[in-house]
Amino acid sequence: MASTSPQRPVWRLSPKVVPYLLVSPFLILFLVFGVFPLGFSFFLAFQSWEPTAGLSSMKFVGLGNFAFAITDEWFWKSLKNTAWLAFASGVPQHVIAIPLAYFIHTSFKRTRNSVIGAYFLPYITSTVAIAMMFGTLFSTDFGLINIALHALSEVPGLGWLISGVPIDWLNRAENVKPAVAIVVFWRYIGFNTVLYLAALQTIPKDIYEAATMDGARRLQQFFYITLPSLKPMIYFGVTLSVVGGLQLFEEPFILTGGRGGTDQAGMTTAMYMYRTAFEFNDFGAASALSWLLFVVVALLTWLTNRAFKPRDGSQ
Amino acid sequence: MNLEKMAPRAAYLLVGVGALLMLTPFYFMFVFATHSRTEIFNLPPPLFFGDSFLVNLHILTEKIPFWRSLGWSLYVALASTGLTLLFCSMGGYAFAMFEFRGKQPLFLLVMGTMLLPSFLGMIPTFMIMDAFGWIDQPRALYIPGAASAFGIFMMRQFIGSSIPKDLIEAARMDGCGELGIYWRIVLPLLAPAMGTLGLITFIASWNNFIGPLIVMRSPEMYTLPLALRSMQSPVNTEWGAVMAGSAIATLPLLVLFAISSRRLIDGLTAGAVK
Repeated sequence: MASTSPQRPVWRLSPKVVPYLLVSPFLILFLVFGVFPLGFSFFLAFQSWEPTAGLSSMKFVGLGNFAFAITDEWFWKSLKNTAWLAFASGVPQHVIAIPLAYFIHTSFKRTRNSVIGAYFLPYITSTVAIAMMFGTLFSTDFGLINIALHALSEVPGLGWLISGVPIDWLNRAENVKPAVAIVVFWRYIGFNTVLYLAALQTIPKDIYEAATMDGARRLQQFFYITLPSLKPMIYFGVTLSVVGGLQLFEEPFILTGGRGGTDQAGMTTAMYMYRTAFEFNDFGAASALSWLLFVVVALLTWLTNRAFKPRDGSQ
Repeated sequence: MNLEKMAPRAAYLLVGVGALLMLTPFYFMFVFATHSRTEIFNLPPPLFFGDSFLVNLHILTEKIPFWRSLGWSLYVALASTGLTLLFCSMGGYAFAMFEFRGKQPLFLLVMGTMLLPSFLGMIPTFMIMDAFGWIDQPRALYIPGAASAFGIFMMRQFIGSSIPKDLIEAARMDGCGELGIYWRIVLPLLAPAMGTLGLITFIASWNNFIGPLIVMRSPEMYTLPLALRSMQSPVNTEWGAVMAGSAIATLPLLVLFAISSRRLIDGLTAGAVK
């Protein structure tokens, strides 16, 4: 503190040092546990070693881990599963969250907060508790979902919609993915609804008043005013769903007992990466898998961006 | 009645029924927590509360160190909330109110990692913890958790928009020391944002599954989500006991949500809206 000005007591910190002092606890942890692992993971993707022999047996294998991954049948399978799940749980979230937010925005006053709370609640509860709960609800013979479906199929006029009850949700390969998608949908619908509610609040009321004066009906107002105004938020929400959906891990992991279920039908790429590392003890290949998945995430995020950008000339 | 009038009523009904459907799994989690395994797998399954809760709790504490896991979950959640609030408020204050070399690139780096998928760091994180000898140590969960990029972002936004620079300047003129300014002026003004960040951090830590899955290897160190999952088996899962455990794990969240849902929802979607 030799440089402190004379009127400042010696024990007082110089303002130049203060910001570094304030940032350093966060920064040190951030560099060690946030930045370093990313770089190290990239390094590991090009290495191979025998875990029992320790890190000293590590050797550079070039693109070997990547070559292994892209010729690996399970990698492609997991990627297909992930894409299926991201799509099947993601698209309905937005298709339903938008009108849902619109109805809540326009028709709910006094009970508004409780209704939003009910839809949002699954988002803040533990995935494990949720997945365990759905494990019982999905039970083939005694699960409430099958019982409800059975009851619905007895209703005249609805029977043709529902076939094959009782459905063996978690043990048959073709049913595992829909079961996981239902849980994911249930968990994130409220989050998306809140996003759209926030966006709806920014649309000026006088646009609707003017439209009503011009004789536009509510449905027309929804399609010609509301939807176009929501576009930036749809872009944002879909991006979040794409990024989150491709990283899906916890829900399928717990619902399938950690192994992906019958025929690995519920094994996502993030799960396969975890298993490659901690079950098959191949950290190098697992790191390569994680970077391949990262490329897929980046690519799809870019495509989403392209899809939502207004084309030249039009609009 | 014409369609224009019917539509909002139908919508009202649909949204209401939907809200009830969203809550149904929670209801049955609590109902099943009070029934034995055989009662749950009955036709029809129980639709209302039974009296087997204590029996389920007994099974639970026999199969897994349930209270211990609950204690670890609470300990880790409190420690990570405390550290996150301290470090992120300090860092956020520096980013919002000071000019220093490397500030812009550093902030961009912090924001950039928020966009990167978390699974990229999974394997190196395990290896670091292993090298530090932190496997099976709660600190392996709450120390990395304190480096929250989201926390820094949130604190910087809040300080930048709600604490006037003049106030800090005035305090400095009056001879208040730098740490005194942080402790006596900035921190009290940060209270609302600290409340929100604290809630979010606590809940995220309480629910964290992947973190403990990677670093907690022995059952007596399991946090609650891991312990509950260890009850799962291909045959003979004690569903009543599992539901009792899940219900106990969910209850604190329901209470927190009930008293602070507005603040939580706003906080969790804040990054999106601003």
